[in-house]
Amino acid sequence: MNFDKELDARGLNCPLPILRTKKTLNEMTSGQTLKVIATDPGSVKDFAAFAKQTGNELLSSSESGSEYTFFIQKK
Amino acid sequence: MDDQKKLAIIATKGTLDWAYPPFILASTAAALGYETQIFFTFYGLQMLRKDLSGLKVSPLGNPGMPMKMPFGPKWFKDINWNIPNAVQSIVPGYESLATALMKQTIKNNGVATIPELRELCQEAEVKFIACQMTVELFGFEHSDFIDGVEYGGAATFFEFAGESDICLFI
Repeated sequence: MNFDKELDARGLNCPLPILRTKKTLNEMTSGQTLKVIATDPGSVKDFAAFAKQTGNELLSSSESGSEYTFFIQKK
Repeated sequence: MDDQKKLAIIATKGTLDWAYPPFILASTAAALGYETQIFFTFYGLQMLRKDLSGLKVSPLGNPGMPMKMPFGPKWFKDINWNIPNAVQSIVPGYESLATALMKQTIKNNGVATIPELRELCQEAEVKFIACQMTVELFGFEHSDFIDGVEYGGAATFFEFAGESDICLFI
């Protein structure tokens, strides 16, 4: 999947992946896509909840080994 | 934005462990678009001090806190050092030791530090209000606290809390 920016949130724990994501999205323009890689197992539910509440669209959420990858499109 | 959700928190505890919930919830709420305010009163004022090294954690009288070592092989880290209260209370520096071990565990787990979370709250425009009555009660000066703190009383808290969607006492 194409993306405009990537955020490495590996090794970070709640709530840092979400806070860094929010901060990175703030620097982006509407319609752009952010790729986030995380290792916090709680982030799967958290990113879905973040997208639902902020209106930024979670294009995809996938798991590979102990890493989670999210693609979020800025509102 | 009048339809913006609001979160009001009262922070009353002054230990390292209890400094987490207000700052985690406030920073996350701000990231989700909430207008957020924390009212710091009594021991909660410790969280606003410029110097946060006074925030400690005590396993004494806290049966819910596991005492595990943040270093060594896994079998060693898994041991829960169940030390009787009577022993904890007479060992000088036990609290400082427990705090140092907790800080190392926090670091090992990629959990943010309290200064880091507090700064993230401020960046996200979480409003900090210190209870003026307890500031005076405990003999603090405004200069003991970080910049950007407002000072007020219970009525100030209700002005925001009365309009809030979520209100937490921590």
